[in-house]
Amino acid sequence: MPDLNTWLLISPELILTVFGLLIIVIDLVGREKSHAVLPWVAILGFILAIATIPYLAQDQTIFAGMYAIDKFAFFFKAIGAIGGILTVLISIDFLRTRTPAKGDFYLLLTFAVLATMMMASSTSLLMIYLSIEFLSYMSYLLAGFLREDKKSNEAAIKYFLYGAVTSALMLYGLSLLYGISGSLNLADLTKQFAASSDLSVKALGIVSFTLLLAGFGFKISAVPFHQWAPDVYEGAPTPVVAFLSVGSKAAGFALLLRVALTAFPTFHAEWIALLSVVAMMTMTLGNLVALQQTNVKRLLAYSSIAQAGYMLIGVIAANVSGASPFMGLNGVLIYLAAYLFTNLGAFVIVVAIENATGAVEIPEYAGLVKRAPLLAALFVVFFLSLAGIPPTVGFIGKFFVFGAALREGFLLLAAVGVINSVISVFYYFSIIRAAFFEEPKDATLIRVPGVMTASVAICAALVLLLAVFPQSLIDLAGMGMGMFGIARP
Amino acid sequence: MFNYLSLLIALPLIGAIVLLFVPRANDRVVRWVAFITTLVTFAISVALFASFRATADMQFVERVAWIPQLGISYYIGVDGLSILLVVLTTFLMIIAIGGSWNGITERVREYHVLFLLLESAIIGVFVSLDLFLFYVFWEFTLIPMAFLIGIWGHGRRIYAAIKFILFTMLGSTLMLVAILVLVFAQRDASGALSFALTDILKTPVPIALQGILFAAFALAFAIKVPMFPFHTWLPDAHTEAPTAGSVILAAILLKMGTYGYVRFAMPLFPQATEQFTPLIATLSVIGIIYAALVAMVQEDVKKLVAYSSVAHLGFVMLGVFALNQQGVAGGMLQMLNHGISTGALFLIVGFIYERRHTRLITDFGGLSKQMPIFATVFMIVTLSSIGLPGTNGFVGEFLVLVGAYESHLRWYTVIATSGVILSAVYMLWMFQRVMFGELSNPKNQVLKDLNAREIVIMVPLIVMIFVMGLYPKPFIDRMVPAIDKMILISKTKQQVASVPAMPAMPAMPHAEPMTVTPAAEEK
Repeated sequence: MPDLNTWLLISPELILTVFGLLIIVIDLVGREKSHAVLPWVAILGFILAIATIPYLAQDQTIFAGMYAIDKFAFFFKAIGAIGGILTVLISIDFLRTRTPAKGDFYLLLTFAVLATMMMASSTSLLMIYLSIEFLSYMSYLLAGFLREDKKSNEAAIKYFLYGAVTSALMLYGLSLLYGISGSLNLADLTKQFAASSDLSVKALGIVSFTLLLAGFGFKISAVPFHQWAPDVYEGAPTPVVAFLSVGSKAAGFALLLRVALTAFPTFHAEWIALLSVVAMMTMTLGNLVALQQTNVKRLLAYSSIAQAGYMLIGVIAANVSGASPFMGLNGVLIYLAAYLFTNLGAFVIVVAIENATGAVEIPEYAGLVKRAPLLAALFVVFFLSLAGIPPTVGFIGKFFVFGAALREGFLLLAAVGVINSVISVFYYFSIIRAAFFEEPKDATLIRVPGVMTASVAICAALVLLLAVFPQSLIDLAGMGMGMFGIARP
Repeated sequence: MFNYLSLLIALPLIGAIVLLFVPRANDRVVRWVAFITTLVTFAISVALFASFRATADMQFVERVAWIPQLGISYYIGVDGLSILLVVLTTFLMIIAIGGSWNGITERVREYHVLFLLLESAIIGVFVSLDLFLFYVFWEFTLIPMAFLIGIWGHGRRIYAAIKFILFTMLGSTLMLVAILVLVFAQRDASGALSFALTDILKTPVPIALQGILFAAFALAFAIKVPMFPFHTWLPDAHTEAPTAGSVILAAILLKMGTYGYVRFAMPLFPQATEQFTPLIATLSVIGIIYAALVAMVQEDVKKLVAYSSVAHLGFVMLGVFALNQQGVAGGMLQMLNHGISTGALFLIVGFIYERRHTRLITDFGGLSKQMPIFATVFMIVTLSSIGLPGTNGFVGEFLVLVGAYESHLRWYTVIATSGVILSAVYMLWMFQRVMFGELSNPKNQVLKDLNAREIVIMVPLIVMIFVMGLYPKPFIDRMVPAIDKMILISKTKQQVASVPAMPAMPAMPHAEPMTVTPAAEEK
């Protein structure tokens, strides 16, 4: 039986579990009127979970090496919880008219965030698989949450089918790894690979990494495991999409980084080659297809695929031993934090407009600046940040990621990344163009609930402030790399 | 110590924020707030200019660590190369705000907010001494300008705005990559990671890298200048932009490109500068002749002025790349002159467009009878644009040609000189067709002459045309030390590195300050 201290170390997870259960209880026991508190209960849970984080990070593992309590994990836990808060804020209004079953939604969302936290801490093959599956199931349910809506159903089924295939591939890879090492622990795996000069072990190692990549690639929506994204983005409830695009992606990156850097350092050259190809395909395909989209949600889906490609550059350039501040790894962390506020902010606006007018096609955004001046103006901030144009935090993220690629000599990757970010300006601008340069067909003002306005304003303020004063973010990301000081062979 | 340069960047920004709190319907208040903001900013920049000492050092320097791990700092300062461009910016911003007093009636508040943001960013570009900071300001100028074209422009404004964004983005992202590679290379050489220009200049850039880095910087700047063949965005952007947008675009934004060469590309990469000079000189000369020929056949007055910009900027580039005192001084002066003359030309085109809603040359004719004041103003500006002695254009052009002729670019200069004649041809021919002849079109017979506001806007420009044409000494004197320093950096390293065997260096640039300027002789 673990002692009290161990329990304390996983208090964010425990808090979310308790609050998830609390939501069920209120939903079942409370009257209809009391359901209005549900979203705020979920938010309180997330806030408490975040509040414990600064006291916990210790760079150790618990539960017999299965679960890491390090700053790296906590960085991602914070991202997951912040993503959860913002998702709840945009869900309140979205769900009001669409479904009666609100309690289930917040429960699933709370548990989905819990799953991302567990992914961030997983250091054993078993935990990796369980946490990924946990997140997947929560996500399938959330994607299909609007039972009456055919598109939502379609999204859930497609998501499930792709998820099942990639998870089977990943499971196969995990079992190969267990076969090689006889241990579930990532740290043992490293030793095994380093000690063995057997060619078949090497071959199996590469094969199993490739198979694992299917599972991670599915979560981060990297080509060729991205096909679910456009349909799910279009069909699933928009707040869920917002969460998937940020929380789920961040957790996928957490696992990818941890596994690649702590279990496979022996195959550094091989996985770099593999990921380079994936990254270039992901950026290029995402951007080129996004150019042709007319549906805002599908456009954001392809944009989020492309963004995963940029982040992969940071993973490839991750150099944890270098003396340079451009280490790739901190680039990914900064990029993810930037992407969190940027993409969620953009989604808040998409949801607000969809709620008020039902518009999801770019031509329907025509003249938005006259109908919702504040939203339109803030849209520009988020798109600048997505395109990596200063003075936004997205620029800081791209700066670190591309800087690391150049520093480590990945010139081709950097070149492809840069060309892609120019292409991306074109389609991000297509929305701005409709919103600002074209005349509205119907000039009625769009009413936006105060909660939404507040959350979009907070996101925009952070996008700008973190760009002008990036120091705290850079420091946090630097701390977040803590684990690699001890885990490196 | 309080830093006035930072105030210069901050003031328009504060003005923009204040405007956000002015009620939407209150257009008068909005215009006045914007106008006063630009006026105060101008006053401060003039005060800075007055207390500017004619030395080669950076002045009013402020340096605060921004992202210390990366050696990035908020590092600003001005020298002779930049102070005049700052003053030009603040000066023309007042004109631009005044020039759109009646022309802009829709979304007035947003318009002025964007203008003030633009001013802040442009000043930032000219005073940044840190490459990261420079890039941030450089990129940020793009956004307000694209919106000004896209929202308040004419006709194919959306196409023009997007073309403008994509062209400039392409160049600037490559520049970002080049900045990073440069900084990393300098770190390997010196051991300290720093984005500050002064630190980077301390160690020579490896010769192997110079070519490619120069190419990346040069491309970004060439698109901005714009040099042939990267100029195609300019006629579109100019034609569709609102009047004040064109003024700022031509008069200031283009100078960011030429300034980039003088401040960054040439001093940082001397060997590459030498290698690329024939190419750049060729493109400049092609630009001068080609743009002049295209301008000649334009039917739209505004497009004609836009193409004349390409030709004028060709002269600037030629002078700058001559890399001697006259050449660079001429190039720098020509940047200011072009800002004033072309800014004035765009305002003039705006005046008749506001009256007639057309800019086709064939729609006019004989306007001088109906609008005598307008005709006088137009005449002076036209003559200044073609570089008649006594006006500012002459001094700059003359120095450029003398400098380039004295340098290794002699034969380019010979060809470029024909551009001077061509510019007279297309400008005077346009002037003749618009202003003289029969006043046959009945719509033109009722045109009103310039009103008081329009005259007040034009007077400062005309005064500057003559001041800089007759007595350019105060401007040149303040530039020369910085120019000499820039030439020294851009040249000596190349001599040390490329011809180390040479016993003595005979071709050291002469550094004595110029005492007599050609225009002063003229008098």
